[in-house]
Amino acid sequence: MKNCLVVDDSKVIRKVARHILESLDIKVTEACDGRDALTQCEAAIPDVVLLDWNMPVMSGMEFLQELSRTKMDARPKVIFCTTENGIGHIKAAVEAGADEYVMKPFDRDTLESKLQIVGVI
Amino acid sequence: MTDATNGSGATAFTGAMRILAGLLEARTGQILSESRIWRIETALKPLLRANGMANLEELVSQLLASTESGLTDDVVSALLNNETSFFRDLQTFDMLYRDLLPELAATKQDKVLRIWCAGCSTGQEAYSLAMQLRKDAARWQGWRFQILATDISKAAVARAQSGVFSQIDVQRGLAINDLLRWFEPAGDDWKVSDDLRRMIEFKVDNLLEPKAPGANYDLILCRNVMLYFALDKRQKVFSRLAEYSRPGSYLILGAGETVIGQTEAFTASRNFRGSYERAKAKPEKTAGDIRKSA
Ligand SMILES: C[S@@+](CC[C@H](N)C(=O)[O-])C[C@H]1O[C@@H](n2cnc3c(N)ncnc32)[C@H](O)[C@@H]1O
Repeated sequence: MKNCLVVDDSKVIRKVARHILESLDIKVTEACDGRDALTQCEAAIPDVVLLDWNMPVMSGMEFLQELSRTKMDARPKVIFCTTENGIGHIKAAVEAGADEYVMKPFDRDTLESKLQIVGVI
Repeated sequence: MTDATNGSGATAFTGAMRILAGLLEARTGQILSESRIWRIETALKPLLRANGMANLEELVSQLLASTESGLTDDVVSALLNNETSFFRDLQTFDMLYRDLLPELAATKQDKVLRIWCAGCSTGQEAYSLAMQLRKDAARWQGWRFQILATDISKAAVARAQSGVFSQIDVQRGLAINDLLRWFEPAGDDWKVSDDLRRMIEFKVDNLLEPKAPGANYDLILCRNVMLYFALDKRQKVFSRLAEYSRPGSYLILGAGETVIGQTEAFTASRNFRGSYERAKAKPEKTAGDIRKSA
């Protein structure tokens, strides 16, 4: 069973994501900000991280930068979640190391297709 | 007809629905399921409003009275299911990229690749294929691509041709790197690059009586189009597809579709999962064809 770490400061978004991911047979853990997510990644590397972009303590971008500096056996795939669809924003995320992006609010089909693209399902 | 115009409420309503469903089937081959017949009115609401019509009965009488095909075309377009997405059934596109396209590249001497996307809807399938071809520039050095994409829905073909896709469209199936490479933002939407758009010719065409295709296609995609066709219509379309493709060419159907029990012109490919090979002999004729030529 694959693991996904859902990183978002909104409890509602985490709940929606968990619901969809579990229906796709993916085990879910949650983190409420980038700092929390990093600690969890250091303890156990998930297959994929669903990463919110705007968070109070350590943003998505800062998380990616920290993650790339951290020594790890394997890298999780990172799908970043945003409400902005600007091309500059998307490019910045890719340059920082995100593998895919998904617009909020997302539905099951969209998330499923992104997980397929990054090869998690 | 009297039912539709003079009958009592409930019967009249059902009569109009049945006529519209019948029109759709006659024109396109698509049979509406019962639940979709009940949703005809919802599907046609915008069209009724745009034409200042009160209900389906009024639409049906206009259709019967009118000699122009414009309104009929609009009704048919509105009733068709255009569901599609970029790289729909990702495994199929992976298989094409990894196995089938290299095989075609290795075996075609003339370096011309002829592809027909039959029932292309709003274009995502044809654009996905074009992206797969462009991913490997070295393999296709000196080749010419001729990609035809057809659909019976004028509205769908117009959207495909425009190459403009909403945020929701590009979210489904398109990898971020393909989005960045092949699309440009256009307001809130995304527009496919001219470079990719120029690879594909989009045309309105009916698969039951095709006029747009040339001949000798190497690869035909006809995915999720005939799911709701009656058997005789499917057989007819398969024999058309066989006629337009060269012996040894490939046909790709949707994930849940098969040729088994419907045609002998194509057989399941041993090498490429989910694809069908056009028999080397001449395509068989359908009962209809035999009657016609008699
Ligand atoms: C469900 S979509 C599938 C689109 C695409 N091939 C895919 O798999 O994603 C089916 C398409 O077939 C088209 N279609 C249905 N009957 C047709 C006919 N007789 N001739 C041409 N196109 C037809 C519809 O307009 C619709 O766009």
